[in-house]
Parts: sequence; structure tokens; C-alpha cells
Amino acid sequence: MTLAAVGYYEAWWIQVIKAIVIFAVALQMVPIVLIAERKLLGRFQARYGPNRVGPYGALQPLADIVKLLTKEQFRPSTSIGFLFALAPVISIVTAVAAFAIIPFGDTQDIFGTKVGLYGVDVSIGPLYLFAFGAVAFYGIMLGGWASGSKYSFLGAMRGAAQLISYEVSQGLALVGVIFTAGTLSLTGIVHAQEGMWYVIPQFFGFLVFLIAGFAETNRAPFDLTEADAELVGGYNTEYGGGRFASYYFAEYLNVLVVSGIVTTVFLGGWLLPFGIHPPGWVDPLVVLFKMSLVTFLFIWVRATLPRLRYDQLMSFGWKILLPLATLNALVTAVLVVVTH
Amino acid sequence: MTWDPGEDVVEVMRAPAPGPAHGTYRAFGETLRGLKTTFGRMLEKPVTVQYPEQKTPVYPRFRGRHKLHRFEDIPQEGAHPGGHEQAGLEKCVGCSLCAAACPADCIRVVAAENTPEHRVSAGERYAEVYEINLSRCIFCGYCEVACPFDAITMGHDYELSDYTRSDLIFTKEMLLAEPLERTPLRREGE
Repeated sequence: MTLAAVGYYEAWWIQVIKAIVIFAVALQMVPIVLIAERKLLGRFQARYGPNRVGPYGALQPLADIVKLLTKEQFRPSTSIGFLFALAPVISIVTAVAAFAIIPFGDTQDIFGTKVGLYGVDVSIGPLYLFAFGAVAFYGIMLGGWASGSKYSFLGAMRGAAQLISYEVSQGLALVGVIFTAGTLSLTGIVHAQEGMWYVIPQFFGFLVFLIAGFAETNRAPFDLTEADAELVGGYNTEYGGGRFASYYFAEYLNVLVVSGIVTTVFLGGWLLPFGIHPPGWVDPLVVLFKMSLVTFLFIWVRATLPRLRYDQLMSFGWKILLPLATLNALVTAVLVVVTH
Repeated sequence: MTWDPGEDVVEVMRAPAPGPAHGTYRAFGETLRGLKTTFGRMLEKPVTVQYPEQKTPVYPRFRGRHKLHRFEDIPQEGAHPGGHEQAGLEKCVGCSLCAAACPADCIRVVAAENTPEHRVSAGERYAEVYEINLSRCIFCGYCEVACPFDAITMGHDYELSDYTRSDLIFTKEMLLAEPLERTPLRREGE
């Protein structure tokens, strides 16, 4: 049996084409998010952001990538060789793998062939996501530990603690949605939102998931694993060149993954409000639009909130988010039982 | 026995510790207020001065790169006695007062006698060598103050970077030459 039961039969060549298309789209979106973040952060701080390379600085990511890839691959003498090289690979592989389950549209009839506009429609959707989210932290922890540097080590330890504090709340935040939808398949969850997007009935779940998403992607205000000011970059202190680029890439891809999951689970995926049913080819555009809105929120929050202190992060995770997520799941469970 | 601080005690007003309601407000209300603030900033025009293309205008009294001056031609006959004879001559007479005033010791003057065949300045002597080492200059303007003939003044040019140290030693010819106006001047009341 495969990893997940696919809802209908697809020929192998369709799967290959889908994989290539999704991978290409994901790879093109990362530089766009990168330049968008730098430009928007600039505007949030009343400056322009990069505007020298290409029109309006649009080619800045290309310049960044060329710069990073032509740098020396430096490895500290105290590091553990193969783990040091493996860690960024884990980060990037898990990020790409998690991207595969985001549905960009309903099953389409393309030239008489039924094609689902997603990598795989796994029947265990959110669990697949959390599995890869948890493995992704190995990328950070191994990278920090194998670097043989105290800053990296501290960053990695913070990453581990952060994972434990936030994965639980994140999981529980989705439990309410799963109760209501009655399915773990992400396309099923989208179909269950035909009447009303889950952001309204599951508002607390949405909030908790979003906040935990900030923590999971190691972004401000929870970027303690990196913490440039105190840890000199945290787990990636000792990384440079292509390996650093991998970490950087994985971080932004994770932002996209969380945006995609938020879009799918809470914002109705490819559905439009007011019962508008556009033709099938509009679906991916709708999903991309919603994802960019969530990504904008990520950048906006980064421009607004300062980094939390370590104990504040811990107490926020355990004392506020976890009770809130649990309460949300409990109340939803009771309501589901009562209304059915 | 405890120490009596006397009059040195400063009473500090402290807000009460946040309760549950206030804490929730602090966590969410203030966060939303912060988000509103940053969004407002995004809608404004950036304050950046795009430096190499745009330059901040300097004030008239801005102390930039030095200039040495010549006597200008006086147009009206008799308006300034001896104006025509002085026209085009250097104002600097090589007295080295600027070098003496310079706290950074970056000015080097070697004076020479004017002769009727070779007349360079209006006085008895002239500066045969006049060098300012701009890599040492602190742009204090004391040379300008010390000069009895207003022969040296501070200009407005501040784009003085160069590749070698020796290129920053400006000779008399370079200082006398009409400088490229690379820096905008601030208008009156700007």
C-alpha cells in the first residue's frame, strides 16, 4: 500500500507532470516571496527596499542566489561532517514534501482525463503535514548541533523547545476543523467549507494555528532559533553559501506551506464567497491569491512585533495557546455531537 | 543600622500589574494597534534619499573641500583701485598662517618671491607649493579663519573618496581649479 490512498486513479505520467509543475511553481514562488518580503519590510519602515537590480529591484533574489552559490562552502573544524551537510537537505526536502499536499483546485477534467490539481490527496492530510513539520526540525537541530558552535547549539536547543511547545497547539487547533469536516483529506476539508469558511466558526482555531505557524516557520516574533541579535543567526551561524541558501529557501517555502494550509483549512481553499462558481482553471489563481494574502500577513507581523523573550515564548505556548486550543477542540466536539 | 537616603529618594509611578483582562488586551489589542501603525507606515511615501541620484542640499556654510581663489576682474574702471592689475592673480601670498592654524597639520606651503617677470600673487611672495592632504583634514575651517586675504575657503564638495592615499593630496592647481558643482546648495529658507 502506498503512503496514502489516492481518491481516484491517475496514470503515472500525470503524476510525474503534476510533480514537475508543482515543484516548478513552488520554486518560482520562493524568490517572489523573498523579494516581496524585502520590498514590503522596506515600505513598512518608510524606505524603498532593494531597488537597484532590475526594474524596481525585481531581480534582487537572482543576485542573492548567485552570490550565495558562488561563495565558499566553509565547514568549521569542530563540526561533524556528514550531519553538517545533511541538515540543510532535510530542511529543504521536508519543506518541498509538505508543499505536495496543498490542493490548488478541485479535480479537473483536462482533455477527458481526470486530474487533481494537487500533488497527492493524502487521506491523512494534516498528519502528513505535522509529520514533515516535525522532521523539518531535525534539519534545524542537526544543523545547529553538528556545527560545533555554541551559538548554533543554543539556537538548535531553542528550536527543539519551540517545537514541543507549538506542535501540540497547532495539532489541537486543527482538531476542531477535522471534527467539523469529518475528514482528514484536505480536499475533503475544502469541500466541507462550501457553506461557510472555517475561519468564522473556528476562529480561535484559526488564531492558534496562525500563531503556531509563526513559531513553526521560525519567523518573527518567534524567530528565537535564529535571533540574529543574540545568537548571531542561531542554528545557521556556521553555514554559508549554498547550504545557507538551502536553509533560507526552506524557511520561505515553509512560509508558503503554512500559508497554503491556512488557505486550505480555514480560508476555503479554491472556493469563492457568495456562491460564485468560476470555471476550474480559476481555482489555482484563487488559492494563490489567498496564499499571498496570508504571506502578506506573515510579513506584516514580522514588521510589527519584536522578538519574544525565551521564557515569554514558553509561557505563551503552554499557558495561553495550549489551553485555548484544547478548549476550542472540546467545545467543537461538544457542538458537533449536539448538532448531529 | 540602615542607611537613611534622606532627600535622594525618587518616587516612581508604576502602572498596576496587568490582570487577566488587561493582559488579554495587551496581548491582542495592543498587537492589533501595532499592526495598524505599521500598515499606516506602508501607505506613506518612503523617506529615503536615493543618494547617488538624489543628494541632500548642503547649507551655504557647509564645510566641504577647500578652494583657493584668484582675484576676479573688476569690470568698472576706478571702482576698485588696482583691480585690473590684480585680475587673475592668486590671492594666496604664501604666509603659511593656514598651515600654522591647521590642527591636523595637513597643509603644506612653500613660499617663493614674486618677480616682475613672473608674477603669481598680488603680494610680495606667493605659494610655490600649496598642498592639502585631505585624508588628514578634519574640515574644521580654521584655515579659512586664519587666512588674512580670504585666499582659501571651504567649498561644498563632500564626495572625496579615492582609491589611493596619494590621490587625496590636493595640489595648488587642483584647489584653484573651478570645482565641479556636484552638490546641490540649499536655497534660502529651505
